Amino acid sequence: MIHSLFLINNAGDLFLEKHWKSVISRSVCDYFFEAREKAVEPDNVPPVIRTPHHYLINIYREKIFFVSVIQTEVPPLFVIEFLHRVAETFQDYFGECSESTIKDNVVIVYELLEEMLDNGFPLATESNILKELIRPPTILRSMVNTITGSSNVGETLPTGQLSTIPWRRAGVKYTNNEAYFDVVEEIDAILDKSGTTVFAEIQGVIDACVKLSGMPDLTLSFMNPRLLDDVSFHPCVRYKRWESERVISFVPPDGNFQLMSYHISAQNLVAIPVYVKQNISFFETGSSGRLDITVGPKQTMGKTVEGLVVTVHMPKVVLSANLNATQGTYNYDPVTKILVWDIGKLNPQKLPNLKGSLSLQSGAPKPEENPSLNIDLKIQQLAISGRLGSFISVGCDSLPAGPCDKALLLLTLF
Amino acid sequence: MTDSKYFTTTKKGEIFELKAELNSDKKEKKKEAVKKVIASMTVGKDVSALFPDVVNCMQTDNLELKKLVYLYLMNYAKSQPDMAIMAVNTFVKDCEDLNPLIRALAVRTMGCIRVDKITEYLCEPLRKCLKDEDPYVRKTAAVCVAKLHDINAQLVEDQGFLDTLKDLISDSNPMVVANAVAALSEIAESHPNSNLLDLNPQTINKLLTALNECTEWGQIFILDCLASYLPRDDRESQSICERVTPRLSHANSAVVLSAVKVLMKFMEMLPKDLDYYGTLLKKLAPPLVTLLSAEPELQYVALRNINLIVQKRPEILKHEMKVFFVKYNDPIYVKLEKLDIMIRLASQANIAQVLAELKEYATEVDVDFVRKAVRAIGRCAIKVEQSAERCVSTLLDLIQTKVNYVVQEAIVVIKDIFRKYPNKYESVIATLCENLDSLDEPEARAAMIWIVGEYAERIDNADELLESFLEGFHDESTQVQLQLLTAIVKLFLKKPTETQELVQQVLSLATQDSDNPDLRDRGYIYWRLLSTDPVAAKEVVLAEKPLISEETDLIEPTLLEELICHIGTLASVYHKPPSAFVEGSRGVQHKRLPPRAGSGESTESPDVGQSGPSEAPPAVIPSQGDLLGDLLNLDLAPPTATVPSVQPSMQMGAMDLLGGGLDSLVCSSPAMGAGLGAAPAAMPASLGSAPAVGGGLGDLFDLGGGVGMPTGSYVAPKTVWLLAMKAKGLEISGTFARRGGIIQMDLSLTNKAMSVMTDFAIQFNRNSFGLAPAGPLQVLTPLSPNQTIDVSLPLSTSGPVMKMEPLNNLQVAVKNNIDVFYFSCQYPLSLLFVEDGKMDRQVFLATWKDIPNDNEAQFQIKDIHLNSDVASNKLQGSNIFTIAKRTVEGQDMLYQSVKLTNGIWVLAEMRIQTGNPNYTWMCWRRPHVRECVSQNDSPVIS
Repeated sequence: MIHSLFLINNAGDLFLEKHWKSVISRSVCDYFFEAREKAVEPDNVPPVIRTPHHYLINIYREKIFFVSVIQTEVPPLFVIEFLHRVAETFQDYFGECSESTIKDNVVIVYELLEEMLDNGFPLATESNILKELIRPPTILRSMVNTITGSSNVGETLPTGQLSTIPWRRAGVKYTNNEAYFDVVEEIDAILDKSGTTVFAEIQGVIDACVKLSGMPDLTLSFMNPRLLDDVSFHPCVRYKRWESERVISFVPPDGNFQLMSYHISAQNLVAIPVYVKQNISFFETGSSGRLDITVGPKQTMGKTVEGLVVTVHMPKVVLSANLNATQGTYNYDPVTKILVWDIGKLNPQKLPNLKGSLSLQSGAPKPEENPSLNIDLKIQQLAISGRLGSFISVGCDSLPAGPCDKALLLLTLF
Repeated sequence: MTDSKYFTTTKKGEIFELKAELNSDKKEKKKEAVKKVIASMTVGKDVSALFPDVVNCMQTDNLELKKLVYLYLMNYAKSQPDMAIMAVNTFVKDCEDLNPLIRALAVRTMGCIRVDKITEYLCEPLRKCLKDEDPYVRKTAAVCVAKLHDINAQLVEDQGFLDTLKDLISDSNPMVVANAVAALSEIAESHPNSNLLDLNPQTINKLLTALNECTEWGQIFILDCLASYLPRDDRESQSICERVTPRLSHANSAVVLSAVKVLMKFMEMLPKDLDYYGTLLKKLAPPLVTLLSAEPELQYVALRNINLIVQKRPEILKHEMKVFFVKYNDPIYVKLEKLDIMIRLASQANIAQVLAELKEYATEVDVDFVRKAVRAIGRCAIKVEQSAERCVSTLLDLIQTKVNYVVQEAIVVIKDIFRKYPNKYESVIATLCENLDSLDEPEARAAMIWIVGEYAERIDNADELLESFLEGFHDESTQVQLQLLTAIVKLFLKKPTETQELVQQVLSLATQDSDNPDLRDRGYIYWRLLSTDPVAAKEVVLAEKPLISEETDLIEPTLLEELICHIGTLASVYHKPPSAFVEGSRGVQHKRLPPRAGSGESTESPDVGQSGPSEAPPAVIPSQGDLLGDLLNLDLAPPTATVPSVQPSMQMGAMDLLGGGLDSLVCSSPAMGAGLGAAPAAMPASLGSAPAVGGGLGDLFDLGGGVGMPTGSYVAPKTVWLLAMKAKGLEISGTFARRGGIIQMDLSLTNKAMSVMTDFAIQFNRNSFGLAPAGPLQVLTPLSPNQTIDVSLPLSTSGPVMKMEPLNNLQVAVKNNIDVFYFSCQYPLSLLFVEDGKMDRQVFLATWKDIPNDNEAQFQIKDIHLNSDVASNKLQGSNIFTIAKRTVEGQDMLYQSVKLTNGIWVLAEMRIQTGNPNYTWMCWRRPHVRECVSQNDSPVIS
């Protein structure tokens, strides 16, 4: 099982270590540093590193390497999932997961790690339970604690720990009962030069914020559940019911959680909301080239396209770019050879355009490849998969503390 | 407000100050001080000097303070064992606390203190906690047993904690069950044969129930444990699969992958024609695809596992090519894995798309990735014949870019393409030669030199090109030197007139100036070949090369099967069996997929000892040592001990090889060399062999005894004759049968490769009894991957005759669209017993007397509980006819005759002792035939 955990920052300083079995010398991290150096980019460090006596499994989050040490055969996914959970818990407790917050709350971090793992076996990883065991730090609480002398460690056994619904604590009470569901869909699409979709898939998640009293039992149904290729549910969802009726039935945890994620790969369903006209050419002589990019809306169903960013990966010979943008700002990084054009909101009346010349390394041959363009955008209140909006209905099967005051649907899309 | 304040130091010295604070009267101050100590500890500072002061703070009602002190204790108890004893009392007291949280905390912490003296005190509290009324305490205690076992395994066994732990598997609370399983699994790892996790249908049922209700981590433990279970039949395996499938929709990817492992393993047992089998295949694809949208680290592990799954069951993901397309922001380790899988999934249907992608990748920035992409293009060409032309032109385009490493990689793969499709793309050689100077890596240089040598007759200036390499001969790596030597010899054989000087130069460089033994040896061999017989040299050096196989980097099937059982583990990430790298590998058992039920497909691995529901009796395969001993016995001395018999089966190849070699080496017995028609002579060898074989027969009887034999001619179960890994994915198993006077060879052809097989044909080598196919091999439809086809081939005995060793050996060649494969098998001699083998009594009597004594062999068959009538009936079914019977001294004597297809008669006397299950056979005439007859008849009797 998981033996030890080391937290290492981007500069290679080891700033926290935790051992669940016997103490393993931090020199074991030398193998990690070696791999880190070899990888150049921190993202490229291989997740599983083999050393003569141990295995190091690491993840890289928020500029911190979470390096765990294992000695026996342990499923690596298990370790990686756990490390992600650790990072999420830090985020949840301290608002952000960074070296400084961890250092600021080192004792809580240590208590948390001790509570999450026992002898390498996960003990309590649900944030609801953890928060009952170890209260998250707030300014108010620490002041109260100083005055009353009480601690921020829970004295009693968390209620949810042993029930069949460990994710929900008992005795939740709200004066306003509310439930919010955010449907977030992401399209990943690759288009070729002519604008035809080469590859497109939709990754969707439904995030929920449920503030309901007692033990509410909710259902959520889709108009057309057959569209979903693959779904992953929060443990609270009753899978049997989904299998037979295609209805999501669940007793929600209290507060924020991700109810489900889904995957849609049917390409014909995916309507790409913008089009791009691009012309990037390099001249045979004179070590220069020309660039002309226009972005326009397409199938946006009347919604505004926001947060539009175009990223161009230039060939290595491009030294600098002298361009003129009708909207937004552009920036060319000559080291990474990446041109970023931040457009912002797309105005259908006046299409944004970026035009100008590129200067190339003199004497170098004309680049063969066509640069690829990455376009990021956001659209509020639009379901790309065309399934949501009025399609979702939320029902409350049981709500002991009176009916739901509001069951709101808030859609954040793309 | 933050904890950073704990790191500040003052002039007086930190330790001193902390000590003062720890001994303060104020609770609040104490707590702050302990926090400071913990903070120093987390960053690796040594604060062990404060041990007594911190332990003093332990007796407190404040839970937070208690927890902090416990944290400190766990870290430093080892360095101060005597002081740690001070804490024991508090621990024992806490284990009795009213609050379950404190009880659990105490037992948990005690387990973490790795000091012998403390563990002694742990036993009693632990025993109580394992039976605690609160499940939270029980589940903590379960883990504690694993901790204790890690510290002192003997103690755990002596105290009977393992049994208590086993009982917890039946606990009412799913979390307790999950933790008990986890603890047992960990303990089992260090006790390979202890059978700790004694799984039976009842416990499996409990685990499956707990699976639905426990935490995600518990689900992982339970699923991994389920994977080690072997269901009794396909129905049980289906019901487990049905209950595991919902886990595929879990948000935790480790749960998903563990579920995939269970399904992949148990699927093996389901009949392929079952509807559910198809449903299951369909259900597996989406979760695997979803894993690829997770974080890159998860993707990496998922991809390594998908790589295995794709090799085992390509049908699962064959339509999902696009998800493996590389994204520009994937980390390099993900990119490389995706490329690998793309090649594995490449087929005629999607090759255009794949090639377009690969071409894009080849213009990326990352050198490793580009190299692999170029290599991938080459592999596509070799794998999908229709795409070869397009691949070659893509590679040529890439060579034109003149990017050094791209060119080198391209040349290496073009060499392979030349070997796969000879005489097709040689027109590109000119382009390749232009880039000769830019090659600086040994592999590329070697590849280029190979091309020049191989096609020397088409390259006008081949000699100049090779000569230019020769200048720096000593600076080249061995790979290049060897290649250069061969290439120049090839050139010389093709253009002897102009290159004599060159070849002499290289031979002298290789033999005289080099101190590399490989190079020198090769040099000498060429030199002598060339000087003694240039024609032979030509035959050797310019011999036609076998085509290279499609997929060079496929994992060997047995290893793949083992790895499939380890999906989701480190083994699957490294693609190595756990025994190869896990510390203390004694704890690792080799896992195998369960044998498939229903279908006649036999498992590849010969050592599937598990008694699955398959109907074939398991073959006894002696280890290599036994086999050798056996062969020696057969050929040399008559030992008295029984030796395991060798069924004519998997070990065939080894046996032939060894047998043949031994014959010629040690046994110059004339009997072995004697032709079929030769007068019987020199008995010792054969006589000696008979008892040995007879002894082995007993084993065969044991095996056959339990299986209901059909009346009539005995048909042996099919055995594997040709292993898939030796025949590019074609596996052949078969047996012989005599049906209505016609000899038939029943074959099962299984395609274990990735591509379709067609154009089957079969041929026999000359053999002792002139067996030959009476018709062509009837495989009409192409054999698609993972398909098995059964064919019956009628045989005639009119083929050419040559004496084989052993006598009933048959060498077979099977051809398909991929290659020609050779294997040998042995047929039971009873196959050749003809229906009119009943000798006239008078003739029998006369012949009997004529047989010289030294033509006689006898041996015993043990443990057969048949009376003489039943035995004679059974034998008659196999055309062994009883001529006469008499009873002497309580023994039944049966006189029998047998006629072989080539007209040879064999006479036998069989003595059956009533009440003593020993049969004695005496044998005459044709002793060398006899040996085989006896060996092969034995199953006939049973």
